[in-house]
Amino acid sequence: MGLAVNSKVAPRRAATGSVDSGFLEGVVANSDVVITCGSGGVGKTTVAAAIGFAAAVNTSRRVLVVTIDPAKRLADALGLESIGNVETRVDLPGLKGEFWVAMLDTSASWNDLIARHAPDASTATKILANPLYRNITQRFVQSHDYIAMERLFDLRSEGRFDLIVIDTPPTRHALDFLDAPERMADFFSSALLRWITLPYRTFGAKAGRLGYLAAKPFYQVADRILGSQFLQDIAEFFLLFQGMYDGFVQRANAVTRLLHDPRTSFVVVSSPEPAPLHEAEFFLRELATRQLRVGALVLNRVLPSMFLDEKTRLHADQLLQASQPGALGDLAADLAKSYVRFSSLARRQQEEIRRFSQQPECTLSVPLLDVDVDPLGGVRAIGEVMWSPET
Amino acid sequence: MARTSDYASKADRPPGSLLDCSLLFVTGKGGVGKSTVAAALALRASQAGKRVLACEFDAKGDLLASFAGAGARGGRQDRPLGFVPRELLPGMYAMAMDPEESLREYLKLQLRIPLIPKIGALSAAFDFLANAAPGIREIVTVGKVAYEVREKHYDLVVVDATATGHIIGQLRAPQAINELVGVGLIRSQTNWMLEILGDRSRTGVVITTTASELPVTESIELVDKLRTQTNVNVAGIVVNRLLPEPFVSSTSQALAKLSGSRQREFQAVVGDAPSALTLIEAGKLAHDLRRREAEQLEVLRAFTATLGLPEPALIPMLFDAEPGSDTTRQVSAHLADEWGLP
Repeated sequence: MGLAVNSKVAPRRAATGSVDSGFLEGVVANSDVVITCGSGGVGKTTVAAAIGFAAAVNTSRRVLVVTIDPAKRLADALGLESIGNVETRVDLPGLKGEFWVAMLDTSASWNDLIARHAPDASTATKILANPLYRNITQRFVQSHDYIAMERLFDLRSEGRFDLIVIDTPPTRHALDFLDAPERMADFFSSALLRWITLPYRTFGAKAGRLGYLAAKPFYQVADRILGSQFLQDIAEFFLLFQGMYDGFVQRANAVTRLLHDPRTSFVVVSSPEPAPLHEAEFFLRELATRQLRVGALVLNRVLPSMFLDEKTRLHADQLLQASQPGALGDLAADLAKSYVRFSSLARRQQEEIRRFSQQPECTLSVPLLDVDVDPLGGVRAIGEVMWSPET
Repeated sequence: MARTSDYASKADRPPGSLLDCSLLFVTGKGGVGKSTVAAALALRASQAGKRVLACEFDAKGDLLASFAGAGARGGRQDRPLGFVPRELLPGMYAMAMDPEESLREYLKLQLRIPLIPKIGALSAAFDFLANAAPGIREIVTVGKVAYEVREKHYDLVVVDATATGHIIGQLRAPQAINELVGVGLIRSQTNWMLEILGDRSRTGVVITTTASELPVTESIELVDKLRTQTNVNVAGIVVNRLLPEPFVSSTSQALAKLSGSRQREFQAVVGDAPSALTLIEAGKLAHDLRRREAEQLEVLRAFTATLGLPEPALIPMLFDAEPGSDTTRQVSAHLADEWGLP
């Protein structure tokens, strides 16, 4: 299949002990945190798992992979019932280090966060019961982004893992998740928030509506649009949150620092099609603008090089022009037809990749493989391809 | 909410009438080509003489890229789409959603609240509302396209919608606001939106997928969620980039048995031994890839049959098409064949 799944690939080290930074081995050696990003449908979760798995196979580090959705197929591949919010160790033969997986459960993580930051238990209970809180934490993509970074920070601080690989949501507004901590901090310390809760604080719950209406035109507008009850709910919610502002802002700032840590690497994943590549280009540009470290660009599911063989294409074209007699001639014509189709596609993929203007030093091409041949659903095989130059 | 019988009755509808809808949301897991399918539907409708608006929800530029090259204006090099629709082809307009602009328009048109003069003030207020009030961002997004339908500015609005993960939140927004906000003008505005979204003769969701495990699983989950959490009708399912059956069955058998002296004979027929081996290896991969797709297609077909949903429309992998308008035109032609579109 163009990929030796079980072949042992010896890590290639230079005499100095430094590793080839053009491969995953080097990226992992230089990182304590790896964040994978990319548009949806490019195999991001599998690549994240493959990075973690390869690190656990080849190094003695304790590795944790955090997925952002239940990743049912990954769980199946790893022989797990499911991947939950709590880290689970996966014991597989051939590991030098430890391999752990966990899923990001947005609601559970938010609840943990509230419990930690709330000034007292009754405030925590009130917040958890607030319908607005439940809506904000469960429905907002941005809250998902924020909590992913928050969880990462938590895990990093605990020090139970040497390498954390975290998957990110396929965000519509690429890289929103990077801004999430800052925006959350801005939000909680914003003048606007204080302003909107001011009449409520001044007049109290019972006089809420009057308070708003007596106040500035903004409240009148907001009242007309949203209705005073809803506006009161909002105010109440944020008043409950008030005691936690400082904690939130501090944490958000700490998360931002972690993202900029020299041992945090971003891995951009794409498939070799125009739309995801365009998205990947955007990611790389944004990461550079924010001075965040790009560990690697992973081009996933690239048609294998056997479809790029000039000589085979030539023979295939000839077979299509002048068919050979007999059953083997029919077979040859059929195979040639299929080959020509795929080779056109493979050539276009290569063109798209070449057109890609800003390939980082470590650009890894992972061939499309029949994942059925890998008992770990591609996790082992993809990890091996990326780890070090094949010998 | 919708029951199986509703789908059965809908299946009686002549397939050509998909373009008779006024509002189609095209969604699907990331990377399956939903922008291309949205563009292809918009193109077909405009060729049938309809006045069409194509609206990109996530403003990534994929919709415009689907019209790149060969006659049509567009492409990533072109000026990006904005909130004000632009005529890309005769009768076919395109825009990119901007929730903030949409809120501004909404305040002006619907609530007759004068334009807030300072952009900064609105932007801060919007940020606040969008963060604090669940569904505001979503409702001004869905509300805009529903508004275009209500005002009959176009015969058909095709939405290149957000991926499967977010579409439910958007389509549910009017209902959610209805439940959350007791009174106020926003609430009264949700009623007409719900009416348009729930009207199966006017509104539908087109789910795009590839015949791979994850997109198929997500599509099935999406159908379930649409039926249990929204009133919006599933108008069609498109299986994109389907690999062709590579070989006649005798070839598959011959390929499996091709070893030893038979393989040497085959090498002689091809005329070059290494090329012959590459052809065999490539053939086996093509065969395996197709087999996996066939399994997933079967899963999807069994699901749609159980619910009485229309058969999935099959779009073959376009091996030779250039990305952009060339691909869009070919997908459009295949869709027309599959659905009997005018």
